[in-house]
Amino acid sequence: MIRFTRVAKTYASGVPAIEDVTFHLTRGEFAFLTGPSGAGKSTVLKLSYVEERPSSGEVRLLGQSSVLLTPRKVPTLRRRLGIVFQDFRLLPDRTAAENVAFALEVTGASAATIAPKVLRVLDKVGLQAKADARPHELSGGEQQRVAIARALVNDPLLILADEPTGNLDERSTRGVFELLQQINAGGTTVLMATHDMQLVRSSGLRTLEMQRGRLVFDSGAGRAGTPAAVTEDVG
Amino acid sequence: MNLAVREGLLSFRRAPTLSALSVTTIAFSLFAFGLFGLVALNLRQALDQVGDRVEIRGFIAEGTAPEATSVALEDIQQFPEVAGVTLVTQAQALERARRELGEFEDVFEPGLLPASIEVRLREGARSPAAVKAVATRLAAYDFIDDIRYGEEWVAKLYRLRTIATAVGLALGLTFALVSMIIIGSTIRMAVLARAKEIQIMRLVGATDGFIRAPFLIEGFVKGVLGGLVALALTGATFLAIGRFVIQASFFGPLLALTGLAAGGALGVLASAVAVGRHLREVR
Repeated sequence: MIRFTRVAKTYASGVPAIEDVTFHLTRGEFAFLTGPSGAGKSTVLKLSYVEERPSSGEVRLLGQSSVLLTPRKVPTLRRRLGIVFQDFRLLPDRTAAENVAFALEVTGASAATIAPKVLRVLDKVGLQAKADARPHELSGGEQQRVAIARALVNDPLLILADEPTGNLDERSTRGVFELLQQINAGGTTVLMATHDMQLVRSSGLRTLEMQRGRLVFDSGAGRAGTPAAVTEDVG
Repeated sequence: MNLAVREGLLSFRRAPTLSALSVTTIAFSLFAFGLFGLVALNLRQALDQVGDRVEIRGFIAEGTAPEATSVALEDIQQFPEVAGVTLVTQAQALERARRELGEFEDVFEPGLLPASIEVRLREGARSPAAVKAVATRLAAYDFIDDIRYGEEWVAKLYRLRTIATAVGLALGLTFALVSMIIIGSTIRMAVLARAKEIQIMRLVGATDGFIRAPFLIEGFVKGVLGGLVALALTGATFLAIGRFVIQASFFGPLLALTGLAAGGALGVLASAVAVGRHLREVR
């Protein structure tokens, strides 16, 4: 589903953001990406949704290699992903339903197929009743549900979530996490960056821990497709 | 495409102030361009009118057989530079002189003034060199006594035209360039105001072409609206000048339509540049 092989990324400033990161996420997995701020979590996610390209190494995503991927192919690849952010990234002047529909419209879907799909995913995230509300009329947890509905509406194979609960209270955090787990139970792979260690520990799910740009711990290491070498880095 | 049109038009409702500002900016830069165009148009027409009066007159020697002149007339008519040839007989010359010049009022002697051939030149064949060439050919007929065409005057008029064209072109290009820069900045503001939307579009898998389309439509509509306002402003100025200062000509419908189309094209071009730049920057 997603495989990082000795990936390094150095931004224009010259400071390396991540170095020698190797891991593999198989279909249907749910993994946390943890670590303090600046550890490189967001860079790993940006490389995963091809917002950035690796400086060295290879990222393989849904069978496509970062080495061979042309910019023209990026949009079609992203349509098979769902991306969720801490700050929701909803369009303030559109309703919840319009925000979700937006992700379908850009794929060129017909109006007739959009409406039922939007209703279905809004129902799935428990927000069908608020389809016509604009983001400012919704709570943080509800806005994040709209964002998740938008990520879901294209039936993605992989959901990449960058601190999706970072702006939410405990109750909403729980709700969003449970929603992501439900989605994962349906077969969608989920990679979720968070520094909510309580959530990570209580879940017992696979955890990738970043520190200063390096992957220092992978609780799933040694499983099929995960290089054992990574475990040597555990400090 | 339907969606692109809808999104392009919705931007006016979503950001009315910014849209109005864009249209106003486009309108004023096109208005300045339009005023300049109006001056250029009228100057050109005035010069053309003067240019129509460039003619060569060849005086016919006394006693020339009418057959010889009529053959020559047909001949001259065939010159590529010539728009028309007229024979002015001695009687006609006197008649004209009596009409136009007071001193001839009491003169009735038909042989007093010589007959002549008047040659009018086509547009494009009124340069001093062309006029001189025709004059020389005309002088080659034995029955032509003398040739007059105001050599100095033709040269001056030609120089004036050349200067007017060069200045017009330079000013016009400058105006067009300034308009494009101003319109480009305005559209760029509109693009930046929607940077978040563009970012989200990319994240959910929109192609660059898909992102660009609504902006191009928006730019086109703004350009055409700006062009309409500019045309109205130019028209109003023209009417005011016509009433209080001087009678002038206005753009014909074709020129006015061209102006509108240019506004639309300018809007599309400025949008394409602004969005393209933004898309490259955020890549």
